[in-house]
Order: sequence, then C-alpha cells, then structure tokens
Amino acid sequence: MSVWEYANPKKFIATTTPVLPWVMGGAAVTLTIGLVWGFFFTPDDYRQGSTVKIFYLHVPAAMMAINIWVMMLVTSLIWLIRRHHVSALAAKAAAPIGIVMTLIALFTGAVWGQPMWGTWWAWDPRLTSFLILFLFYLGYMALWTAIEDDDTAADLTSVLCLVGSVFALLSRYAVNFWNQGLHQGASLSLDAEENVADVFWYPALVCIAGFVLLSVGLVILRTQTEIRLRRARALQARMTG
Amino acid sequence: MIPDLGKYAVEVLSAYAVSILLVLGLVWISVRAARRARTWLETVERQKAGRDG
Repeated sequence: MSVWEYANPKKFIATTTPVLPWVMGGAAVTLTIGLVWGFFFTPDDYRQGSTVKIFYLHVPAAMMAINIWVMMLVTSLIWLIRRHHVSALAAKAAAPIGIVMTLIALFTGAVWGQPMWGTWWAWDPRLTSFLILFLFYLGYMALWTAIEDDDTAADLTSVLCLVGSVFALLSRYAVNFWNQGLHQGASLSLDAEENVADVFWYPALVCIAGFVLLSVGLVILRTQTEIRLRRARALQARMTG
Repeated sequence: MIPDLGKYAVEVLSAYAVSILLVLGLVWISVRAARRARTWLETVERQKAGRDG
C-alpha cells in the first residue's frame, strides 16, 4: 500500500470521515481542559501578572500559524511535482485556518505587549515577519478566488506559497537571527536549557495539543468540502455542457 | 468564579473573548460549508442519475 492512494479523493473521504469526529471531539476536550486550567488554575507570573494567561492562546496560535503554512508548502510541492488534486485542495482548505491562527497570535500579542512593552506594536523582526505572513495568507486566499480555472489557481497559489515560506520560517527564527527585537526568544523549546516553569508549561502543552487537533480536524473537514464542491461543479458542467 | 486578574483584566479577558470568538466562528463557517457542499453534491448526483436513467 502506498501513501499516494490517499491522493484519490474517494479514498481520502472514506479514510478521514470515521476519524474526523474523534479528532474534533479530542480538540474540544483538550482545548477546554487546557484553557480552563490555564485561565482558572494557574498563578500570576511575578513580572507579567495575570497577562501570563494570554500565553495559553498566543503561543499555540502562533505555532499553528507557522505550521499550517509549512503544511501548505508540503501539499503545494506535492501538487507541483505529482499533480494530485487532493493536495492542492488541502492547501486551499488550510489557508483560512492559518489566517485565523495568525490573527489570534497578532491580537493576543498586541494586548499582551501594550502593558508589558508599553506598545501595541513594534517593527520588531518577529512581529514584522508575522504581519507579512498574515498578508501572504490574505494574498493566497485572494488568488484562489480570483482565478476561475482550478488547476491554474493551484499552480499560482503553490508558487505564492513557496515564496511566503521564507516569511513563515523567518517568523519562527527571526528572534535567533536578530537580537535587537523586542520579542523574547522561544518560551517553549526542546533544546532550551530553561523553559517556562512547569506550572505554566503543562497547561500550555495541553493547549498546544488542542490547537493541533483543532487544526488537523478543520483541515480534514474543509478538504472534504473542497473535494465535494469540485466534484459537484464537474458533474454539473458535464450535464450542462 | 473568575480569578482576580488585577489591573490587566481587560487585556486578559479581551484576548480570551476575541480568540474564542474567532475559533468558534471558523468552526461554524467550516461546518456550515461542509453541510452545504454535501447537500449540493447529493442533489447533483441525483440529477445525474435521473438523467442517465
């Protein structure tokens, strides 16, 4: 059995449909546990006060904003190289999820930054690259709707996705490249000598798991929708043509 | 029930409210679009089956 079997739209829908309720249910449970734990049952930070609770939204959303673009990059490359329609539709389906995650990260970052940094916004390398990533998401979605032919739209959006990947990676590693920015280094890292204290770390991990499950579930659901829309359009065109 | 958020209550509560609204909105839009697509495809497939006999 090859992984490319799942590039068949019927096989994709048949395989993912039974999994979807479990993924979405898991997302609802883990997000509820993580956010309730973080909001109600964690202490204030000695420097940040209660604004530390914003961390449970900001970090997972920012991670997903970048990771969804990376997922779009992989599926776009699969489309460009192997011409599997499901992969192009998966990238299209993921973009609105990515833009919402980017918006959450930008908004929560701004409301945290105002009391902590004294400003809603700074032209800091990470913040700026994140804003550019947001604009790339907007452009990507606009391009899909602007082009009538699905394959041409998939080709052009895939190229746009390749270009935007520079900013997705930049927004992840900007703090390592430039030290003069306001944004601190990674709060959670596998290779860091010291991460945040366990009392903040555990609920954050649950929130990250919730955001991952939510994003995976929504990508599956929205890809199924795109497959059905494409099939319905094709059938209708065949009947009227 | 709500913990004492001190002088940052507005910031913390607005961050949670806006984020939860955005996530719920995204889920609602996605589920509604999925239902509509399924119904449309079923209708078109029925029409095609009727035409093909």
